[in-house]
Amino acid sequence: MHEMSIAMSVIEAVVGKARQEGGGKVTGIELVVGRLAGVQVESLRFCFDAATRDTLAEGAELTIEEREGRGRCESCGAEFLVTSFYAKCPSCGQFRVRIESGEELAVRSFTME
Amino acid sequence: MCDTCGCSGDGGAVLRKPGVKDYHVHVGDEGGHHHHHEHDHHHEHDHGHDHHHHHDHGEARKVQVEQDVLLQNNLLAERNRGWFEARRVLALNFLSSPGSGKTSILEKTIPMIRQHCPVTVIEGDQQTTNDADRIDALGVPVIQVNTGTGCHLDAQMVQRAVRELDPPERSLLCIENVGNLVCPALFDLGEAAKVVVISTTEGEDKPIKYPTMFHHADVVLLNKIDLLPHLDFDAAKCRDYAMQVNHHLEWIEVSAKTGEGFDQWIAWLKAKLAAL
Repeated sequence: MHEMSIAMSVIEAVVGKARQEGGGKVTGIELVVGRLAGVQVESLRFCFDAATRDTLAEGAELTIEEREGRGRCESCGAEFLVTSFYAKCPSCGQFRVRIESGEELAVRSFTME
Repeated sequence: MCDTCGCSGDGGAVLRKPGVKDYHVHVGDEGGHHHHHEHDHHHEHDHGHDHHHHHDHGEARKVQVEQDVLLQNNLLAERNRGWFEARRVLALNFLSSPGSGKTSILEKTIPMIRQHCPVTVIEGDQQTTNDADRIDALGVPVIQVNTGTGCHLDAQMVQRAVRELDPPERSLLCIENVGNLVCPALFDLGEAAKVVVISTTEGEDKPIKYPTMFHHADVVLLNKIDLLPHLDFDAAKCRDYAMQVNHHLEWIEVSAKTGEGFDQWIAWLKAKLAAL
Protein backbone atom coordinates (compact mmCIF):
# COMPACT_ATOMS: atom_id res chain seq x y z
CA MET A 1 0.00 0.00 0.00
CA HIS A 2 2.27 2.71 -1.33
CA GLU A 3 -0.65 4.76 -2.71
CA MET A 4 -0.51 7.14 0.25
CA SER A 5 3.05 8.16 -0.59
CA ILE A 6 2.08 8.36 -4.27
CA ALA A 7 -0.83 10.67 -3.36
CA MET A 8 1.49 12.80 -1.25
CA SER A 9 3.99 13.05 -4.12
CA VAL A 10 1.16 14.22 -6.39
CA ILE A 11 0.14 16.92 -3.93
CA GLU A 12 3.76 17.97 -3.39
CA ALA A 13 4.27 18.38 -7.15
CA VAL A 14 1.00 20.23 -7.70
CA VAL A 15 1.25 22.52 -4.68
CA GLY A 16 4.86 23.41 -5.56
CA LYS A 17 3.80 24.38 -9.06
CA ALA A 18 0.69 26.19 -7.80
CA ARG A 19 2.86 28.35 -5.52
CA GLN A 20 5.02 29.31 -8.51
CA GLU A 21 1.84 30.21 -10.35
CA GLY A 22 0.68 32.61 -7.66
CA GLY A 23 -0.58 30.35 -4.91
CA GLY A 24 -4.29 30.20 -5.71
CA LYS A 25 -6.56 27.41 -4.55
CA VAL A 26 -6.29 24.19 -6.57
CA THR A 27 -9.74 22.92 -7.54
CA GLY A 28 -8.90 20.00 -9.81
CA ILE A 29 -6.01 17.61 -10.55
CA GLU A 30 -5.64 15.40 -13.62
CA LEU A 31 -3.48 12.28 -13.45
CA VAL A 32 -2.47 9.68 -16.00
CA VAL A 33 -2.08 6.20 -14.54
CA GLY A 34 -1.07 3.28 -16.73
CA ARG A 35 -2.47 -0.14 -15.98
CA LEU A 36 1.06 -1.42 -15.47
CA ALA A 37 2.15 1.44 -13.21
CA GLY A 38 1.79 -0.68 -10.09
CA VAL A 39 -0.78 1.66 -8.57
CA GLN A 40 -4.31 0.78 -7.51
CA VAL A 41 -6.52 3.58 -8.75
CA GLU A 42 -9.14 2.88 -6.07
CA SER A 43 -6.55 3.08 -3.28
CA LEU A 44 -5.10 6.23 -4.78
CA ARG A 45 -8.53 7.89 -4.76
CA PHE A 46 -9.00 6.78 -1.18
CA CYS A 47 -5.71 8.35 -0.10
CA PHE A 48 -6.11 11.51 -2.14
CA ASP A 49 -8.45 13.38 0.22
CA ALA A 50 -6.22 12.69 3.20
CA ALA A 51 -3.15 13.85 1.26
CA THR A 52 -4.77 17.15 0.26
CA ARG A 53 -5.79 18.10 3.81
CA ASP A 54 -4.39 21.48 4.93
CA THR A 55 -2.86 22.16 1.52
CA LEU A 56 -3.71 24.46 -1.37
CA ALA A 57 -5.36 21.45 -2.99
CA GLU A 58 -7.79 20.66 -0.19
CA GLY A 59 -11.12 19.66 -1.70
CA ALA A 60 -9.72 19.42 -5.23
CA GLU A 61 -11.46 17.06 -7.63
CA LEU A 62 -9.32 14.16 -8.84
CA THR A 63 -9.57 13.02 -12.45
CA ILE A 64 -7.65 9.91 -13.45
CA GLU A 65 -7.12 8.81 -17.03
CA GLU A 66 -6.23 5.14 -17.05
CA ARG A 67 -3.95 4.08 -19.91
CA GLU A 68 -3.94 0.63 -21.37
CA GLY A 69 -0.76 -1.40 -21.41
CA ARG A 70 0.81 -2.13 -24.80
CA GLY A 71 3.57 -4.61 -25.46
CA ARG A 72 5.62 -5.80 -28.39
CA CYS A 73 6.76 -9.36 -28.75
CA GLU A 74 10.55 -9.61 -28.95
CA SER A 75 10.23 -12.90 -30.83
CA CYS A 76 7.79 -12.08 -33.64
CA GLY A 77 7.32 -8.31 -33.36
CA ALA A 78 3.54 -8.40 -32.86
CA GLU A 79 2.01 -5.52 -30.90
CA PHE A 80 -0.77 -6.26 -28.45
CA LEU A 81 -2.62 -5.08 -25.35
CA VAL A 82 -1.26 -6.33 -22.04
CA THR A 83 -2.91 -6.23 -18.63
CA SER A 84 0.12 -7.45 -16.66
CA PHE A 85 3.83 -8.08 -17.09
CA TYR A 86 2.93 -11.76 -17.37
CA ALA A 87 1.81 -11.46 -20.95
CA LYS A 88 1.65 -14.05 -23.69
CA CYS A 89 2.01 -12.99 -27.32
CA PRO A 90 -1.31 -13.74 -29.07
CA SER A 91 0.53 -14.35 -32.37
CA CYS A 92 3.36 -16.72 -31.45
CA GLY A 93 2.56 -17.73 -27.87
CA GLN A 94 5.91 -16.61 -26.45
CA PHE A 95 6.26 -14.66 -23.21
CA ARG A 96 9.01 -12.39 -24.51
CA VAL A 97 7.11 -9.12 -24.28
CA ARG A 98 8.69 -5.70 -24.19
CA ILE A 99 6.42 -3.14 -22.54
CA GLU A 100 5.89 -0.14 -24.82
CA SER A 101 3.38 1.80 -22.73
CA GLY A 102 1.13 1.52 -19.71
CA GLU A 103 3.72 2.29 -17.01
CA GLU A 104 2.84 6.01 -16.94
CA LEU A 105 2.27 7.64 -13.56
CA ALA A 106 2.12 11.37 -14.16
CA VAL A 107 0.45 14.61 -13.19
CA ARG A 108 -0.95 15.99 -16.42
CA SER A 109 -2.44 19.26 -15.23
CA PHE A 110 -4.30 21.04 -12.47
CA THR A 111 -6.91 23.75 -12.30
CA MET A 112 -6.50 26.72 -9.99
CA GLU A 113 -8.46 29.79 -9.10
CA MET B 1 -7.08 -0.71 4.53
CA CYS B 2 -4.22 0.92 6.36
CA ASP B 3 -4.74 4.59 5.76
CA THR B 4 -1.43 5.61 7.29
CA CYS B 5 0.76 3.19 5.38
CA GLY B 6 3.38 5.03 3.37
CA CYS B 7 2.66 8.28 5.11
CA SER B 8 5.90 9.83 6.22
CA GLY B 9 4.23 13.06 7.21
CA ASP B 10 4.43 12.74 10.96
CA GLY B 11 8.04 12.22 11.80
CA GLY B 12 8.87 9.86 8.95
CA ALA B 13 11.77 7.48 8.76
CA VAL B 14 14.42 7.33 11.45
CA LEU B 15 18.02 6.09 11.18
CA ARG B 16 19.45 4.02 13.98
CA LYS B 17 22.75 2.29 14.73
CA PRO B 18 23.14 -1.00 16.58
CA GLY B 19 24.64 -0.55 20.03
CA VAL B 20 24.46 3.25 19.93
CA LYS B 21 21.46 3.89 22.09
CA ASP B 22 20.97 7.62 21.63
CA TYR B 23 21.83 7.71 17.92
CA HIS B 24 18.68 8.86 16.17
CA VAL B 25 18.48 10.77 12.89
CA HIS B 26 15.25 11.88 11.28
CA VAL B 27 15.24 11.56 7.50
CA GLY B 28 14.16 14.89 6.07
CA ASP B 29 15.70 17.01 8.80
CA GLU B 30 18.07 19.48 7.24
CA GLY B 31 21.58 19.92 8.54
CA GLY B 32 21.91 16.34 9.72
CA HIS B 33 21.96 17.11 13.43
CA HIS B 34 21.52 14.17 15.74
CA HIS B 35 18.80 14.03 18.34
CA HIS B 36 19.50 12.59 21.71
CA HIS B 37 16.25 11.22 22.99
CA GLU B 38 15.93 11.05 26.73
CA HIS B 39 12.17 11.16 26.73
CA ASP B 40 9.47 11.61 24.18
CA HIS B 41 9.36 15.03 22.81
CA HIS B 42 7.62 16.47 19.85
CA HIS B 43 9.58 17.61 16.83
CA GLU B 44 8.22 20.46 14.84
CA HIS B 45 8.58 19.68 11.17
CA ASP B 46 7.67 21.96 8.36
CA HIS B 47 5.15 20.04 6.32
CA GLY B 48 4.56 22.87 3.95
CA HIS B 49 0.98 23.31 5.03
CA ASP B 50 -0.64 26.08 3.18
CA HIS B 51 -2.83 28.88 4.28
CA HIS B 52 -5.57 29.84 1.98
CA HIS B 53 -4.97 33.36 0.84
CA HIS B 54 -7.76 34.97 -1.02
CA HIS B 55 -6.36 36.38 -4.18
CA ASP B 56 -8.60 37.77 -6.79
CA HIS B 57 -7.55 35.61 -9.71
CA GLY B 58 -10.85 35.78 -11.49
CA GLU B 59 -11.65 32.63 -13.44
CA ALA B 60 -10.23 29.20 -12.87
CA ARG B 61 -7.35 28.31 -15.15
CA LYS B 62 -5.62 25.13 -16.10
CA VAL B 63 -1.89 24.63 -15.55
CA GLN B 64 -0.18 21.94 -17.63
CA VAL B 65 2.32 19.94 -15.60
CA GLU B 66 3.12 16.69 -17.49
CA GLN B 67 5.39 15.50 -14.71
CA ASP B 68 6.14 12.02 -13.43
CA VAL B 69 4.54 11.61 -10.01
CA LEU B 70 7.73 10.05 -8.67
CA LEU B 71 9.96 12.70 -10.22
CA GLN B 72 11.36 13.88 -6.88
CA ASN B 73 12.23 10.34 -5.85
CA ASN B 74 13.68 9.55 -9.27
CA LEU B 75 15.84 12.69 -9.29
CA LEU B 76 17.20 11.86 -5.84
CA ALA B 77 17.77 8.26 -6.92
CA GLU B 78 19.81 9.48 -9.89
CA ARG B 79 21.90 11.64 -7.55
CA ASN B 80 22.54 8.59 -5.40
CA ARG B 81 23.42 6.60 -8.52
CA GLY B 82 25.86 9.26 -9.69
CA TRP B 83 27.50 9.33 -6.28
CA PHE B 84 27.80 5.52 -6.23
CA GLU B 85 29.29 5.49 -9.73
CA ALA B 86 31.81 8.22 -8.96
CA ARG B 87 32.92 6.43 -5.82
CA ARG B 88 32.73 3.01 -7.51
CA VAL B 89 30.32 1.63 -4.98
CA LEU B 90 28.22 -1.33 -6.11
CA ALA B 91 24.80 -0.64 -4.57
CA LEU B 92 22.36 -3.55 -4.58
CA ASN B 93 18.71 -3.33 -3.55
CA PHE B 94 17.57 -6.61 -1.91
CA LEU B 95 13.82 -7.19 -2.09
CA SER B 96 11.52 -9.99 -0.99
CA SER B 97 8.50 -10.92 1.08
CA PRO B 98 9.14 -10.98 4.83
CA GLY B 99 10.94 -14.18 5.80
CA SER B 100 12.48 -15.18 2.45
CA GLY B 101 15.96 -14.90 3.93
CA LYS B 102 17.39 -11.56 2.81
CA THR B 103 19.29 -11.03 6.05
CA SER B 104 20.46 -14.68 6.16
CA ILE B 105 21.78 -14.31 2.61
CA LEU B 106 23.70 -11.18 3.65
CA GLU B 107 25.06 -12.99 6.72
CA LYS B 108 26.39 -15.74 4.45
CA THR B 109 27.56 -13.42 1.67
CA ILE B 110 29.46 -10.82 3.69
CA PRO B 111 32.15 -13.13 5.17
CA MET B 112 32.72 -14.59 1.68
CA ILE B 113 33.12 -11.23 -0.09
CA ARG B 114 34.73 -8.96 2.49
CA GLN B 115 38.26 -10.23 1.72
CA HIS B 116 37.57 -9.05 -1.79
CA CYS B 117 36.19 -5.57 -0.98
CA PRO B 118 34.75 -3.57 1.93
CA VAL B 119 31.04 -4.05 2.60
CA THR B 120 28.47 -1.70 4.16
CA VAL B 121 24.80 -2.34 4.76
CA ILE B 122 21.57 -0.35 5.01
CA GLU B 123 18.76 -2.28 6.69
CA GLY B 124 15.14 -1.24 6.09
CA ASP B 125 12.38 -2.31 8.48
CA GLN B 126 9.32 -0.62 9.91
CA GLN B 127 10.60 -1.15 13.46
CA THR B 128 13.50 -2.62 15.49
CA THR B 129 17.24 -2.84 14.83
CA ASN B 130 17.12 -6.66 14.87
CA ASP B 131 18.44 -7.06 11.32
CA ALA B 132 21.09 -4.36 11.79
CA ASP B 133 22.16 -6.13 14.99
CA ARG B 134 22.74 -9.33 12.99
CA ILE B 135 24.87 -7.47 10.44
CA ASP B 136 26.67 -5.56 13.18
CA ALA B 137 27.69 -8.90 14.70
CA LEU B 138 29.69 -9.54 11.51
CA GLY B 139 31.64 -6.36 12.16
CA VAL B 140 30.64 -4.40 9.06
CA PRO B 141 29.24 -0.85 9.18
CA VAL B 142 25.44 -0.85 9.15
CA ILE B 143 22.64 1.71 9.43
CA GLN B 144 19.09 0.73 10.25
CA VAL B 145 16.33 2.75 8.62
CA ASN B 146 13.07 2.43 10.52
CA THR B 147 10.35 3.51 8.14
CA GLY B 148 7.70 3.64 10.91
CA THR B 149 4.46 3.13 9.04
CA GLY B 150 6.16 3.27 5.63
CA CYS B 151 6.10 0.13 3.50
CA HIS B 152 9.23 0.80 1.41
CA LEU B 153 12.58 2.59 1.38
CA ASP B 154 12.83 5.67 -0.82
CA ALA B 155 15.74 7.52 -2.38
CA GLN B 156 15.80 10.19 0.33
CA MET B 157 16.12 7.62 3.13
CA VAL B 158 19.00 5.98 1.27
CA GLN B 159 20.68 9.32 0.59
CA ARG B 160 20.51 10.16 4.28
CA ALA B 161 21.72 6.72 5.36
CA VAL B 162 24.59 6.86 2.87
CA ARG B 163 25.69 10.20 4.31
CA GLU B 164 25.93 8.56 7.74
CA LEU B 165 27.48 5.34 6.46
CA ASP B 166 30.01 6.91 4.07
CA PRO B 167 30.80 3.72 2.09
CA PRO B 168 34.46 3.55 1.06
CA GLU B 169 35.68 3.60 -2.52
CA ARG B 170 35.35 0.32 -4.47
CA SER B 171 33.01 -1.27 -1.98
CA LEU B 172 29.75 -3.19 -1.91
CA LEU B 173 26.67 -1.51 -0.42
CA CYS B 174 23.84 -3.91 0.35
CA ILE B 175 20.48 -2.19 0.84
CA GLU B 176 17.96 -4.55 2.39
CA ASN B 177 14.53 -3.15 1.66
CA VAL B 178 11.43 -3.52 3.81
CA GLY B 179 10.04 -7.06 3.40
CA ASN B 180 7.30 -6.47 0.85
CA LEU B 181 6.93 -7.68 -2.75
CA VAL B 182 4.61 -4.85 -3.81
CA CYS B 183 5.47 -1.29 -2.81
CA PRO B 184 9.29 -1.22 -3.01
CA ALA B 185 9.09 -2.14 -6.72
CA LEU B 186 8.15 1.44 -7.61
CA PHE B 187 10.82 3.32 -5.72
CA ASP B 188 14.23 3.63 -7.35
CA LEU B 189 16.94 4.07 -4.72
CA GLY B 190 19.81 4.64 -7.13
CA GLU B 191 20.95 1.01 -6.97
CA ALA B 192 22.95 -0.71 -9.71
CA ALA B 193 20.68 -3.75 -9.58
CA LYS B 194 17.62 -5.12 -7.86
CA VAL B 195 18.10 -8.54 -6.30
CA VAL B 196 14.78 -10.26 -5.57
CA VAL B 197 14.84 -13.17 -3.11
CA ILE B 198 12.15 -15.83 -3.07
CA SER B 199 12.26 -19.00 -1.06
CA THR B 200 11.12 -22.54 -1.61
CA THR B 201 8.62 -22.31 1.26
CA GLU B 202 6.61 -19.77 -0.74
CA GLY B 203 4.38 -20.55 -3.71
CA GLU B 204 6.15 -21.16 -7.02
CA ASP B 205 3.66 -18.75 -8.61
CA LYS B 206 5.04 -15.73 -6.69
CA PRO B 207 6.52 -14.24 -9.90
CA ILE B 208 3.11 -14.12 -11.62
CA LYS B 209 1.28 -13.01 -8.47
CA TYR B 210 3.66 -10.08 -8.00
CA PRO B 211 4.77 -9.42 -11.57
CA THR B 212 5.69 -5.74 -11.05
CA MET B 213 8.50 -6.67 -8.69
CA PHE B 214 9.85 -9.38 -10.98
CA HIS B 215 9.53 -7.11 -13.98
CA HIS B 216 11.84 -4.57 -12.33
CA ALA B 217 14.30 -7.15 -10.95
CA ASP B 218 17.75 -7.91 -12.38
CA VAL B 219 18.56 -11.08 -10.45
CA VAL B 220 16.43 -13.60 -8.57
CA LEU B 221 17.93 -15.62 -5.75
CA LEU B 222 15.84 -18.71 -5.00
CA ASN B 223 16.70 -19.35 -1.35
CA LYS B 224 16.23 -22.35 0.99
CA ILE B 225 16.95 -24.95 -1.71
CA ASP B 226 18.19 -27.25 1.08
CA LEU B 227 14.49 -27.74 1.90
CA LEU B 228 13.51 -28.89 -1.61
CA PRO B 229 13.50 -32.63 -0.75
CA HIS B 230 10.83 -31.96 1.89
CA LEU B 231 8.59 -29.71 -0.19
CA ASP B 232 6.39 -29.90 -3.28
CA PHE B 233 7.96 -26.70 -4.59
CA ASP B 234 8.77 -26.97 -8.31
CA ALA B 235 11.88 -24.82 -8.80
CA ALA B 236 11.85 -25.17 -12.59
CA LYS B 237 8.24 -24.01 -12.76
CA CYS B 238 9.00 -21.03 -10.54
CA ARG B 239 11.92 -20.13 -12.79
CA ASP B 240 9.70 -20.42 -15.88
CA TYR B 241 7.12 -18.08 -14.35
CA ALA B 242 9.82 -15.57 -13.45
CA MET B 243 11.27 -15.70 -16.96
CA GLN B 244 7.81 -15.25 -18.47
CA VAL B 245 7.40 -12.03 -16.50
CA ASN B 246 10.93 -10.83 -17.27
CA HIS B 247 13.01 -12.82 -19.74
CA HIS B 248 16.13 -10.75 -18.98
CA LEU B 249 16.32 -12.06 -15.40
CA GLU B 250 19.32 -13.86 -14.02
CA TRP B 251 18.38 -16.82 -11.84
CA ILE B 252 20.57 -18.24 -9.06
CA GLU B 253 19.52 -20.99 -6.65
CA VAL B 254 21.06 -20.87 -3.17
CA SER B 255 20.77 -22.02 0.39
CA ALA B 256 21.84 -19.45 2.95
CA LYS B 257 21.87 -22.29 5.47
CA THR B 258 24.20 -24.75 3.73
CA GLY B 259 25.99 -22.35 1.37
CA GLU B 260 24.91 -24.34 -1.70
CA GLY B 261 24.84 -22.18 -4.82
CA PHE B 262 26.88 -19.41 -3.23
CA ASP B 263 29.83 -20.01 -5.55
CA GLN B 264 27.63 -18.86 -8.42
CA TRP B 265 26.20 -15.91 -6.44
CA ILE B 266 29.66 -14.76 -5.27
CA ALA B 267 30.95 -15.08 -8.85
CA TRP B 268 28.08 -12.84 -9.99
CA LEU B 269 29.00 -10.27 -7.32
CA LYS B 270 32.70 -10.37 -8.18
CA ALA B 271 31.94 -9.84 -11.86
CA LYS B 272 29.83 -6.78 -11.01
CA LEU B 273 32.52 -5.45 -8.67
CA ALA B 274 35.20 -5.96 -11.30
CA ALA B 275 33.15 -3.91 -13.76
CA LEU B 276 32.91 -0.87 -11.45
